[in-house]
Amino acid sequence: MIKVQHLVKTFGDFTAVRDISFEVAQGEIFAFLGPNGAGKTTTIKMLTTLLQPTGGSIELDGLDPRTSQKEARTRFGIVFQDPSLDAEQTAYENMTLHGILYHVPRQLRETRTEYLLKLFELWDRRDSYVKTFSGGMRRRLEIARGLLHTPRILFLDEPTLGLDPQSRNLLWNHVKHLNETERTTVFLTTHYMDEAERVAHRIAIIDHGAIVAQGTPAELKQQTATGSLEGAFLALTGSTLRDEAASSADQLRQVSKMWRK
Amino acid sequence: MGAIYILWLRELKRYVRSRVQIVVSLGQPCLYLLALGFGLGPVFRQAGHGSYLQFMAPGVIGMTVLFSSVFSGIAMLWDRQFGFLKETLVAPVPRIQIMLGRTLGGATVAIIQGSLILIICLVAGFRPHHWVAIPAALLFVVMIAVVFAALGTAIGSVIKDMQGFQLVMNFLVMPIFFLSGALFPLANLPAFMAVITRLDPLTYGVDGLRGVLINAWHFNAAFDLSILAMIAVVFVTTGAYLFSKIEV
Repeated sequence: MIKVQHLVKTFGDFTAVRDISFEVAQGEIFAFLGPNGAGKTTTIKMLTTLLQPTGGSIELDGLDPRTSQKEARTRFGIVFQDPSLDAEQTAYENMTLHGILYHVPRQLRETRTEYLLKLFELWDRRDSYVKTFSGGMRRRLEIARGLLHTPRILFLDEPTLGLDPQSRNLLWNHVKHLNETERTTVFLTTHYMDEAERVAHRIAIIDHGAIVAQGTPAELKQQTATGSLEGAFLALTGSTLRDEAASSADQLRQVSKMWRK
Repeated sequence: MGAIYILWLRELKRYVRSRVQIVVSLGQPCLYLLALGFGLGPVFRQAGHGSYLQFMAPGVIGMTVLFSSVFSGIAMLWDRQFGFLKETLVAPVPRIQIMLGRTLGGATVAIIQGSLILIICLVAGFRPHHWVAIPAALLFVVMIAVVFAALGTAIGSVIKDMQGFQLVMNFLVMPIFFLSGALFPLANLPAFMAVITRLDPLTYGVDGLRGVLINAWHFNAAFDLSILAMIAVVFVTTGAYLFSKIEV
């Protein structure tokens, strides 16, 4: 379903992704794990047509996202790591906008919107502006929105960041259900090893832009002679802390806050 | 088509919902009307050119449409930083539709703003030479709005931070306004100014507005309209190209 060969991405003289290759079969749940700044999000951006790779090849459902962008985009849905909601519109309007962009027929859109907003307990707040939502509610809405259309491939980039255990549980049950009933291929990243162990069929661990290990959770534990996935992860990536460059977004948020008050 | 409509609607909703912004963005043209229209009025009259308010009202309408449309395009900067842009960029919709929806939305908002200022001008004492002139003026308002909304989208596709935004406002938008003949007649200018004003797209919009509203043409309607139409095609095409190249 997803086939990546010798993928490379450089920004100036910094190499974010260096020569990675992996395959994800149809109906598989694939977890992409790695410390901060390892290249997970950059890889997802290349897979989802948001960034042009510097080198290597990508196939999504047999399509090259570089040359047939629009066709490739019909194949997947994505929940981004950072916010991508329209804060000036209501929760319901965000869902509607997404449904129209993804060509979900009106009736189906309305029933699925209601179902998903109820599932993620946002139905009562459907007519509130997203800017009044707490971090957790926004996160839930992003996920509900990403599930509105039923893509063949679902990308989840740290979907549970900032979610309470109840919502996490709900999300993973739903993802597993989708995977089992609709054979949706899932490509996810997370920092919570227990989640990866719970849902993923196979795992790749990436560090400093390169894949250091691949296999089922059991294989990874066996390979590193550790008892848990967390142990395996630390054995493979070391225990030093990583820095990510701060984006100019933080600065801009400050300015925009000033303007609105 | 659905994508164009929903993104157009989004721009409109954002406009209608931010009442503070509506007032703020109407405040500046009102200040120009008050300070220049009434302040410079006596000097202008002594120079033998009649009422300055009559002269500059079309210019202020042009200015309002210019600022409003460029700004809505550059507001893409916010969507980029707060992430919403990504949501539209990964959607299975040709990017040209996303770009057109945003641009037409921004242009529509600018048309509304321009119409509001026209009403304010009428209240302040501005009188068109004939009431039939109003619909003709709207045609020019639409042309200015489309040209500069497309320019805004093109710029918004390229700049990535607040500094870029300030740069564009100070070194592009303000000169476009001041060098367009919005505030002064184009006749008898020094040669270099005559050249610069002719390079400014807004010049033809303001001339058209002033022509239909108070029957004072520097060029003529057909010339202004064809120049604006050509610039619109160039800017929309450039905007669509740059938008299609956005990476986030």
